Order: sequence, then structure tokens, then C-alpha cells
Amino acid sequence: MSMLRVKAIAKKEFIQVGRDPFSLLMAFLMPVMLLVIFGYAITLDVNNIRTVVYDQDKSAESRELISRFRDSGYFTIEAYLQDQRDIDRKLDSGEAFAAIWVPNDFSKKLQTRIDSPVQIILDGSDSNTATIAQGYILAITEQFNAKFGGVRVAPRVDARIRVWYNTELRSRNFIVPGLIAVIMSVIVALLTSLTIAREWERGTMEQLISTPVKTRELILGKLIPYFVIGLIDTLVAIGMSVFVFDVALRGSIVLLIALSSVFLFGSLSFGILISIVAKSQVLASQMAMIGTFLPAFLLSGFMFAISNMPKPLQVLTYAIPARYFVSIVKSIFLKGSTLALIGVEALLLVVYAVAVFVVANRKLVKRIM
Amino acid sequence: MSENGIAVEVKDLRRTFGSFVAVDDISLRVEKGEIFGFLGPNGAGKSTTIRMLCGLLSPTSGGGSVAGFDILRESESIKKSIGYMSQRFSLYDDLTIEENINFFSGIYNVPRQKRAERKDWILSISGLHERKEELTRNLPTGFKQRLALGCAVLHDPSILFLDEPTSGVDPMSRRNFWKLIYDMAGRGTTVFVTTHYMDEADYCGRLALIYRGRIIAEGTPAVLRHRFMKQDVLEIPVDRPVEALEALEKEGIESSIFGSTLHVVVEDADAAVPRIERILSAGSIKAGKIEKILPSLEDVFVSLIESS
Repeated sequence: MSMLRVKAIAKKEFIQVGRDPFSLLMAFLMPVMLLVIFGYAITLDVNNIRTVVYDQDKSAESRELISRFRDSGYFTIEAYLQDQRDIDRKLDSGEAFAAIWVPNDFSKKLQTRIDSPVQIILDGSDSNTATIAQGYILAITEQFNAKFGGVRVAPRVDARIRVWYNTELRSRNFIVPGLIAVIMSVIVALLTSLTIAREWERGTMEQLISTPVKTRELILGKLIPYFVIGLIDTLVAIGMSVFVFDVALRGSIVLLIALSSVFLFGSLSFGILISIVAKSQVLASQMAMIGTFLPAFLLSGFMFAISNMPKPLQVLTYAIPARYFVSIVKSIFLKGSTLALIGVEALLLVVYAVAVFVVANRKLVKRIM
Repeated sequence: MSENGIAVEVKDLRRTFGSFVAVDDISLRVEKGEIFGFLGPNGAGKSTTIRMLCGLLSPTSGGGSVAGFDILRESESIKKSIGYMSQRFSLYDDLTIEENINFFSGIYNVPRQKRAERKDWILSISGLHERKEELTRNLPTGFKQRLALGCAVLHDPSILFLDEPTSGVDPMSRRNFWKLIYDMAGRGTTVFVTTHYMDEADYCGRLALIYRGRIIAEGTPAVLRHRFMKQDVLEIPVDRPVEALEALEKEGIESSIFGSTLHVVVEDADAAVPRIERILSAGSIKAGKIEKILPSLEDVFVSLIESS
């Protein structure tokens, strides 16, 4: 192995990436964009549910109930309706997501201590939000009952729930760290998947394979610049998580970067492998999309819990390196895990990275056909 | 390099792509220091042969040696001793001229102390001293060609393989290019060059004519002209070449157009001249003096193809 050759290739690759606007965008703008989009827009928390009120009772009690909804912070009262038919209209048009209908005998029934129904209508076409809203509604009415309800029955079980690791239950806390893993596997594999395919397409590969360069020198030389880019992306993503999205990094940043490097090396080798097999840039980028983006996105547990998946898919996730990395990043970020706790995942990443690198070396043959 | 003075020797080299036979049992031998021309039309199998010799393509059958190394088993050793310039321009478009040279210096492990001198040499043969910081993409083809040649010989290879190095280059640049090839051969480099320009064949010390994957003739340009051309070639200046060609063809006489003259291949010049004159005057075509000429390699080629 000649380090001189590796250096020559790495240098050339650096220059080429630096002159290619598309690669630069992919390398530096895409990760930030993905972080912003996912960090801000995709939130599984439900706030500010647009709500309309049809209060026929107009009593102190009904106002109290409604103000409890408003003060919870989850519901925003958009309008007070005067006509029952308006409820349909508001929900149909999507102006309101929820409607609260207080019948005119609400306070009377409440005082006579018999069941006093209030109708709440939710737009179920967004089932996720509806389910969460339902939970809020139950909690609010529970509190209301505690004050106005009749005989207070002491609950048999007094559950005192404490949530660990993500005390505020912010979905951002668990999406953002996982996102770092997704971004790295996708960007890096996409970028590298083009490098060897591009040489085949432009005919420069023919010149290259006529020289004494060794395949491992070629692969290593091509990996270095993308490794540096990947590492910069990782640092940017970690920085944004901590400083922009307020996700506390509880574990060791050194451990996080070390394991990120291992994962990067694997993803890069995978991109190179795709590039070697595909020989054309279009095919290579499609393979990289299907081979890294979809699995990393859907099956890594970054957003969708693996335990909720059907059994066969769960089994499949074991074959996806992003799965281990997502769990490593989340553990280090949220639980402050040490290497001892995530040793198995870390080891699997090492095995994967080395295996893919070896396969890529085998597959790159210095022959035209 | 083998000590017996042979740079390239292959026997029954064959390469098929599916049912298509690209190279059909070719055997050839190139001496050290020769300029060996591989001449033939597009698709004749020139590039396929040269790629097999450089270790870029595995032969279907047959074998041989290049620079003393076996082409089947020692292709990586071959790559250390050869320079190869492919048909397609294959330097990096998005690098500057200097960056390309630096890159190949690194790839060929040119010793540090020699790098500056080699770079200087390439820049001077390609005439690119002032433009070394320009992107290679913006160079005219002739310059690109010379730069590519320079990069292919950065490591002073003993054998240089050039695949259609001058295609698409203007005549002036072609002549300059051949001057460079001569310089290198003069310093002991063996040059194996393919071309489909017949007029370039005369630059070569020895030639092989390849047609449909087979070598149909081999020798020095002079030998090819005399030995393989049993018939005579007549040159006829005419005022309307196309009509003259048609008129002769109707009478079963094959001819081809060279500018404003016709070249006619005949078995016996003395018998043919009066007959041709009759045919042309019957078609009221004005013809100049019919002369027996030395056949060009193109004539040789056409005649060989027709008889094969």
C-alpha cells in the first residue's frame, strides 16, 4: 500500500467535491435542511388544537369547563357558536379540529349530581392527533369532576408516574438524535455512491485501472474526503441538536464521535460498494436511496418504534446498521450511556463497517469486464 | 523487460462478447523500440486488443506477454511498465492541468525530486505552461491529447499504448503529436499505436492491418505496398468523379474516389488503360492522363478486404 497514492486520490477527490456545487449542497446544506425540517416541522406533540364551542348553558359552570380547556394550553378556542349546525360546518371545513357542545341543562344536572353529559366531537381523519387529544380531554374532565363532581371516590390506585430520560416527553428529544444517524447514513452513502460510478461514466476509470494503483488505495483515497465531510456533518448535527433544539447531550461527546466515525466508515464503504456495482450514477443514486434512505428512515427506529412493527419487519431491522446507530445516538444523548451499555451495538457497527469495506475491495476489479 | 528484445508477444488472442467475436485469434510480436501501428476501420477490434494487452480486459482464450509479464496472470506488473492512453479523453475535466499532472505523478509514484522536472516537461510538450491553472475542460482537443500523452508517460514506461490518439484532432496537431511519439521512440520507448487514419500508417515502423477481428496483413509500410498489392493501381484525373465511378462500375471495374481523381485497381495496366479510356469517352467524361501509381496503404487495405 502506497500512502502517496492514497494521498493523491484523496486530494483529487477533495478538489472535485469542492468544485461540484451539487456535491457541496448535498454535503453541507442537506443535513442542515433535514435537521430543520424534522426538528421543527415533524413534531408528534399536539398543541393548539383548534376548537369551537357551542355553549347552550352559558352558566358559571360551563364557562369554568371551557376555560379549563383553554388554560390547558392544548386547546385554542377559535369561536363560540350560536347554532348547532355550525359545528358541522366548522369541522367539515377544517376550521376546527374539535368541538365542545355544552347542553342547556349542564349546570342543572351538575347540581343535582346526576351524570351531566358534554359532547365533544373530534376530527378523526388525523387519528394520531385525535387519540392524543382524547387523552387530554379525559384528563381535563377528570380534574373538573374532582371539583364539581359528586361524591368523591378515592381512586384505588394512585399512580405517580415519572418519565425518565425525556422528562418533558418532547418528541423532539427523541427525533433529533435519531435524525443525526439517518442524515449520516443517507448523505454519506449518496455522496460516495457517485464517486466510482462517475469515473466509469466519464471514462476516467479506464485510465485509472491502467495504472499500478491498487484497489484498496483507490477505495481508501476516495473514502477520506467523504469521511471528513461526514464528520463535519456529524459535528454540525450534534451542535444543532444541543444549541438549536435544546436536546441535552447527557453522555460523552468523545464516545459519540468515536462511534459516529465507525458508523461513517461503514456507510461510506456501503456507498462505494454501490458505486462499484452500479457503474452508472443514476442507478447508483437510486440504489443508495433504496439501500440507505428507506431503511434508515423507516426501519431504524428513528421515528417509528421497532417494537410496534409486525414481527417479520422487526427481524429485518436487525440487518440494518442504522438501527444500532440510532439506538446508540439516542442512548448517549438521552440516557448518557457509556460504552459498557451500548457495547453490543458498537461491536455490530464495527463488524458491519469492516465487512462492507472488505466486500467493496473484493468487488472492485481493475478490469473493464 | 524481457532480455530477448521483445516488447509484446501474443498468440491466438481471442475475445468474444456474447456471440460477437471482437478479436479472432490474433498473434503478433512487437520488438523493443519499434513504433508498431495497428491499423483498421472502427469496430475492427483494435481497442479490444489493446485493452487485453494492457491488462484491462481478460482474453477469452489465448495469451502472451507484455514487457516480459504474462497478460493473464501478471497484469498488475504489466501496468507498472506501460503507459496507456485510451481512445476517450480520460483526464479529469474538473481538475486544472497542473492538478491532473500532480494526480498522475502521485498515482505513478514518481519520486518527489523528479516531479517538478516531469511536470515541466509535460507542460512544455503540450505547450501549456501559461495555462496550467486552467480547467482541463476548457482545452481544445489537440492540447488535451498531448496532455493526456504526457500524463501517460509520467513514469517513463518502456512500452506506450496509444488507442486512436489522434482521432478528432486537426492535421497540424496530429503532426505535432506524431513528432512527440517519434521523440519517445527515439529514446527507446516501444510504441503500440492504433489508428484508423490510413495516412498515419506511414509514420509506423511496422504495421498490422486488422479487419473484423483478424490481422489480414503485417509488415513495414513498404512491404505491404509491394507484397500485398499484386494488382496495379491506376490514377485517373476526371472532371466528374462520381459519374466516372458509376460508368466504370457498370462495366465491372472497381474504383474509388480520391479528390478529383479515381483510383482503379486492375490486374494488368497495359490491357486496362485502353478499355477505361473507351468507357469514359463513351460517357463523355473528360479524363486526364491515366498513370500507374504506387499504391497507398488505403488501396492495399481496400484490395485486401475485397479479396478476403
